[in-house]
Amino acid sequence: MQRSLSERLWTTAVWAVVIFFVVNLFAMIGTVVLQSFATRWLGTWLPVAYTARWYGSAWDEFQLEDVLLVTFQAVGAVVLASGLLGVPAAYALARREFPGKRFIMLLFLLPMLVPPITYGIPMATVLYRAGIAGTIWGVILSNLVPTVPFVIFVMVPFIEQIDPRIEAAARVFGAGTGRLFLHVLLPLLAPGILAALLLVLVRTIAMFELTFLTAGPDSQTLVVALYYAVFAAGVRSTQSINAMAVIYMATTLLWLLVALRFVNPTQIVTRARREGA
Amino acid sequence: MSVPLRLRLAQRGLDSTTLLIAPAALFVVALFVYPFLYGLVLSFQPKTGGMFANYARFFSDPFLYDTVSRTLWIAVPVTLLNLLVAVPVAMRVRRMRRQRLLTTILVIPITLGTVLVAEGLLNYLGPQGWLNRALIWAGLADAPVRLVHNYWGVFLSLVITGFPFTFLLTLSYVTGIDPALEQAGAMLGARARARFAHIVLPLLMPGLAITFCLSFVQAFSVFPSAVLLGAPAGPTRVISIAAYTAAFEEYDYAMASAIAMVMAAAQVGTVILVLLLRRLFYSGPVSGGKG
Repeated sequence: MQRSLSERLWTTAVWAVVIFFVVNLFAMIGTVVLQSFATRWLGTWLPVAYTARWYGSAWDEFQLEDVLLVTFQAVGAVVLASGLLGVPAAYALARREFPGKRFIMLLFLLPMLVPPITYGIPMATVLYRAGIAGTIWGVILSNLVPTVPFVIFVMVPFIEQIDPRIEAAARVFGAGTGRLFLHVLLPLLAPGILAALLLVLVRTIAMFELTFLTAGPDSQTLVVALYYAVFAAGVRSTQSINAMAVIYMATTLLWLLVALRFVNPTQIVTRARREGA
Repeated sequence: MSVPLRLRLAQRGLDSTTLLIAPAALFVVALFVYPFLYGLVLSFQPKTGGMFANYARFFSDPFLYDTVSRTLWIAVPVTLLNLLVAVPVAMRVRRMRRQRLLTTILVIPITLGTVLVAEGLLNYLGPQGWLNRALIWAGLADAPVRLVHNYWGVFLSLVITGFPFTFLLTLSYVTGIDPALEQAGAMLGARARARFAHIVLPLLMPGLAITFCLSFVQAFSVFPSAVLLGAPAGPTRVISIAAYTAAFEEYDYAMASAIAMVMAAAQVGTVILVLLLRRLFYSGPVSGGKG
C-alpha cells in the first residue's frame, strides 16, 4: 500500500513523542542513580567524581535495616492474606451463579476504582479510633483493601477457563474436598495465583498513600520513609536521599522483573478484560 | 413441602462453595464500606456548629474551596493531554510485533510510584538538572526554566506516571477492536484518517470514556507529588492536601471526612458526566460478527 507523505510525517511524529518520553524517563532515573554515586555534582553535566559511601550513610541515617524489615513483613503479610481471602472468593465467583452476584462484583470493584487517598482518610480515622493504625497491623489491613479485590479480578477469568469437568472427574474417582483442592485445583491454579500475588507484591511495595496514612514511626515502609526523606530535604545530603531512592528502585524493579516473567506488562494496569467496565 | 432448605438454596447457587466469598466480602465491607459510611456520618458531626457546619465552612473559606478548582486545573489538562497522546500512539503500537519492550518500559514509572518520580524529577527538572542544561545548550532558554516547586512540577510528574497508565489502558481497548472492520473500510477506499474517524473512534469511544474516568480520578487524587514537586501552600494546594492537613495536622477528623466526601463527590460527579456524554456516541460490539 502506497503511503502518502503526510501519513509518514504523522508516523514519525508519533514515534518522536514516544522516544522523547522514554528518553526523559530514563534521564530522570539516570539522574537519581548518578547522583547517588556522586561526590559532588553542581553546575556540570556529570559529577566530579564517584563514590559508594552514600549508601552506607543512607543505610545508617534512615535506619534502612528496620525499614526494610518492616517493608518485607508488611508486604509478605499482605501477599499471603490477599491470596487467602481472594482466591477462594474468586473460585466461588467463577463457579457459582447466585442472586446478588452483580452487587458483590460491584463491592469488589469499588476499592480498585476509588483512589486510595479518597477512602484512605476515613479508613485511617476508623483505624486510629480502633487503635490499629500506627502499627504494622494498620499498614497490613489498609493495604489489603485494594489487593483483595485485585486478586479476585485477576483470578476469576483464570478459574473460569479451567474446565469444571476436571473437578467432577476427581469427585467421581472419590476425591474429597481437601484432596480435590490440594491435588487438582492448586496445581491448576498455581500459575494464576503466582501471577496475581506477584502483582500484589509489586503494587504493595509501591503503595504510598494507604501506608502513609496508617503507618506510625515504627511501621514505615520504604516508600513512606523515602517520602519523609524527600519532604525534609536539606536535613540530609541529596546524595544519601538518592542512595535511598536507588535502594527503593532496586527493590521494586527486582520484583517487577520477576513478575514480568509470569505476566504481561499490561496486566499491571488493566485487569481482566471481562470486568464489565 | 418436601425439598429441604439446603437443596432449595443450592438450586439458586447458594451452597458451601458460595460461602467462600464471605470472608473477602466481609473484609471489604468492614474496611471500605463501613469507614466510608462512618466518614459520611462523621462529616455531619462537626467539632462546633450545626450539622452542615463542616460543609458550610468548606464552601465559604476560599483557602478550602479553591482546592477543588486548583485540583481540577491540574487534573483535567493532564488527563486530556495523556489521552490525546495515548490514542495515536496506541494506534501505531498495536501493529507492532514487539510491543512487549515498550510496554515493559512504560510500566516502570507506574511501578516506581509517585514518590520516586517526584524525587527523580526534583533533580532532573531542577535548575542544575539535565533538562535545563539541555535547554540552555540547545539555545532554547537563556536561563534555567523554573519547573519544580510550582504548577509545572506537578503537571509533569502526572504526565510521567499518568501517560503510561492511560496508554496501556487505551492500548488494551484499541487491540480489542477487530482489525477486519478497518480492512473492510480500506477496501472500500477509506483513507487512514477517514477509517479512524468513522470506524475506530466510534468503537473506541466507550473505552476512551472509561480510560478518561480512571485517569482523571487518579490525577484528581494527586498527593505526594503535589507536596514534593509543587507549591503546597499555593497553586498546587490540591484537595487531598487540604484533607490530609485537616486530619493529621489539625486533628479535625470530622472536617477531614467532609473534605474527603467533597473529593469523592467531585470524582463521582465527573465520572457520571463523562459517562452521560458517552451515551451520545455509538455503543455496541467492537468485534466484527456475522450479523
